Amino acid sequence: MWESVIGLEIHVQLNTKSKIFSPASTSFGAPQNTQACAIDLGMPGVLPVLNEEAVIMAVKFGIAVGSKILDNSIFARKNYFYPDLPKGYQISQYEIPIVSGGTMEIITNGKSKIINLTRAHLEEDAGKSIHDLYPNESAIDLNRAGTPLIEIVSEPEMENAEEAVQYLKNIHSLVRYLGISDGNMQEGSFRCDANISLKKKGSTKLGTRAEIKNINSFKYVESAINHEIERQAVILDRGDSVVQETRLYDPSKDETRSMRSKVEANDYRYFPDPDLLPVSISQDLIKDIKNNMPELPSAKKIRFISQYGLNEYDTVILVSDRELSEYFESTLKDSDLNPKMTANWIITEVLALAKKAYLSVKDYPVSSEDLTYLLLNVTNETISSKQAKDVFERMWDNKENPRDIIENEGMKQISDIGELNKIVDNIIKNNYKSVEEYQSGKDKLLGFFVGQVMKETQGQGNPKIINQLLKEKLKK
Amino acid sequence: MHNKTVSELKKDLKNKKISSVELTNHFVDRIKSIDSQLNSFISLTEEYAIAQAKKIDLEISKGKIRPLAGIPLAQKDIFCTKGLRTTCGSKMLENFISPYDATVVEKLNDAGMVIIGKTNMDEFAMGSSNETSYFGDVKNPWNTEYVPGGSSGGSAASVAARLIPCSTGTDTGGSIRQPASLTGVCGIKPTYGRVSRYGMIAFASSLDQAGVFTRTAEDCAILLTHISGYDPKDSTSSRKNVPDYEKECKQKFTSMTIGIPVEFLEDLDDTVKEVFEENIKVLEKNGCKFKKISLKSSKLGVSAYQVVAPAECSSNLSRFDGVRFGHRANNAKNIDDLYKKSRSEGFGQEVKRRILIGTYALSAGYYDAYYLKAQKIRQVISNEFAAAFKEVDLILGPTAPDCAFKIGEKVNDPIAMYLSDVFTVSTNLAGLPAMSLPMGFKNSLPLGLQIIGNHFDEAKILSLAHHYQQITDWHTKKPKVSGD
Repeated sequence: MWESVIGLEIHVQLNTKSKIFSPASTSFGAPQNTQACAIDLGMPGVLPVLNEEAVIMAVKFGIAVGSKILDNSIFARKNYFYPDLPKGYQISQYEIPIVSGGTMEIITNGKSKIINLTRAHLEEDAGKSIHDLYPNESAIDLNRAGTPLIEIVSEPEMENAEEAVQYLKNIHSLVRYLGISDGNMQEGSFRCDANISLKKKGSTKLGTRAEIKNINSFKYVESAINHEIERQAVILDRGDSVVQETRLYDPSKDETRSMRSKVEANDYRYFPDPDLLPVSISQDLIKDIKNNMPELPSAKKIRFISQYGLNEYDTVILVSDRELSEYFESTLKDSDLNPKMTANWIITEVLALAKKAYLSVKDYPVSSEDLTYLLLNVTNETISSKQAKDVFERMWDNKENPRDIIENEGMKQISDIGELNKIVDNIIKNNYKSVEEYQSGKDKLLGFFVGQVMKETQGQGNPKIINQLLKEKLKK
Repeated sequence: MHNKTVSELKKDLKNKKISSVELTNHFVDRIKSIDSQLNSFISLTEEYAIAQAKKIDLEISKGKIRPLAGIPLAQKDIFCTKGLRTTCGSKMLENFISPYDATVVEKLNDAGMVIIGKTNMDEFAMGSSNETSYFGDVKNPWNTEYVPGGSSGGSAASVAARLIPCSTGTDTGGSIRQPASLTGVCGIKPTYGRVSRYGMIAFASSLDQAGVFTRTAEDCAILLTHISGYDPKDSTSSRKNVPDYEKECKQKFTSMTIGIPVEFLEDLDDTVKEVFEENIKVLEKNGCKFKKISLKSSKLGVSAYQVVAPAECSSNLSRFDGVRFGHRANNAKNIDDLYKKSRSEGFGQEVKRRILIGTYALSAGYYDAYYLKAQKIRQVISNEFAAAFKEVDLILGPTAPDCAFKIGEKVNDPIAMYLSDVFTVSTNLAGLPAMSLPMGFKNSLPLGLQIIGNHFDEAKILSLAHHYQQITDWHTKKPKVSGD
């Protein structure tokens, strides 16, 4: 009966060296209030000066999503009182943002859809209020105050949580490809507000929306949206109407709850900030940025499929993370490795261990060079894949060198047919019952025999040869 | 010693006729003995000044002579001075010690000047009589029952009474020129962007501009050269080269065409008009051609100003919330209570009035009717000035509609008070440079002559002012309170 309509506002912290309006550092995790200068503290008499690096990053984003880059965009003051907002206003962009329009393609269930962007604008982040440090007092950390953000606003064009998450993931991947944000969601570098409303099936008239603030993981976005859709459907089903309000998602209770209604909403009294000039962007700058664009995920996907013959599924996984795709290509680099086999290895073995330890590519304990070495040994059949997996685990867990393991421990695959023949004969002799069962049609038992031979060879037998020998001998 | 100009003191210091320490002590003593009658200083920075003067004397003895080495100066208490109290005339900042120097302060310190004190002012520069200061009224040195004008009342009164050879000021709608007019000194407000606003506590950011008070146009030129210039810390400061204003203003005077806006003389006080017209005659005989011009929209200036300035101030003053610095109320129940109490206690009535007006003007539903409309008027005023400057070199008029008024006379009539700025606000709205210099008296109270120039034409203004002071002697008159 109801169709959901979702629009997202994504806040992306830009990884500039200094803040958007002050020379203070932006690095995360410094002791509280050590990265806030007089300007960040909103001291009397201080003035903001725009960081050009932030402007360039916003333009990069705009170009990547095919937006219009507006010359002379305006910084405005958004006025409200909050203890971690030192000036009593946030410098943001209101009427004229730096980036206007643009699109992002998403693929869900094999179907492609274009999501239109409304705009993206530059603004400063606020500080942090800390309420659990002292029993009866709140503390304020202004290290984050003045960190540059771009706020990316989509049109309300997503129909369900799955589409919203996919859109969010694509933006996340894109800003990392562009190198304009570390995208770290735990540290708050990438946060999202979701606007959700329901309308009658087939109707073009949008319903009243609720905004869910500050969701900071893909998983939470999905459950927050699903919960909100359900909540609104219940209200509408019983004939009531949804209240326009701001809600908060509580992951510990897995529910959304009201923060403030429209009546309580602030009048932000936006007006152009007289301390800052309109942002002028020359055509030369835009040209320069265009010429230095990295390869974007969409282009890389097409290239991977045609250049390496990978399937769509594997490609999407590799390409979704710029560093992972680079790890893949650097493993392949100048070697005779089979791309499909390499992709497979990375997606199954490498990602399995990485996910278990929550490691991102830059923190992988195994370099792509070492992985190349390992996989080449599998390709030329020096070691079996089973052996390779063991070696890889040791490389990952103990940072051991694969050369040391394979060469020093004399680890190599037994491919000598004479030697394997003897072992196979022995196994068949000692398992006559199983042989009978196999010969009477229980094909599955082949695995059992392979396992026995492998056990006998301490995992070093060449599985291909063992398979062949067993099949031949068991026929008789 | 105190009757000497900056230009004369410069020579005496350079020739070692006097030392900076002697000068400093002399002016400190004068302030201590005379200022109880005027209240023009909020803080006297004696220790700081003596230390600085000693350093400068040592440099001079070693032959290192900074351009303004050893000359005493008073800073308006709106400029942040590192390690010194900076109150902005408000209880809110009664105990605020700035952690940094304003660019103007840094530049004058670097030029070798010695800060002797911080001058009294209307609270957060909001006022035209210096009666809104938390630290008490400033009195006019010519008659202590009268106001000195505002907001830079202390800076103007102290120079007029020879308590200091020169001082800094800020001008948002006339806060340098109007008190200069009412106390009989020179005060210049440069083009918006000529002088950095960094470290000058903001009132209305798009109108605020720093300037100076002296007794002669030549001294204005000397100081202006040193405070002007691009500042990477202020995005609105101009990259235009700074001329040597002293040299420029002393060049041989060449004939100028000067515009007189007819609107400035309509309904003008008779004596003020008489004095002004007398001066036109003097200038006419001395190389100036006059031309009547019209600045029709300048009458809308005060209304537009009273929307734009409060709007910006309502936002600029939000940072005074009792959280990080400034006055914090005791016994606040929660954060909203802390804001309300701290701001209610810390701000005076005029400041609150303007915050309320500004907040209203920016509110949803009123923004277009007030703020946007005021900005449009601003553009019209700018265009009118631009058209006028196609025909004339400079524009001349009285600085204020009348001489100083009595303390208390207009304090309960904000509209009458706001009209004190009727001739000065439109130049702020257009960002133009303008100067006031003494041109005569009414009832023994000084009157000021305002010279308005085109953008970055400070040299032209100073040239005419210097020329005028070569042929008249109004700038040498001094109030009784200053003694001999």
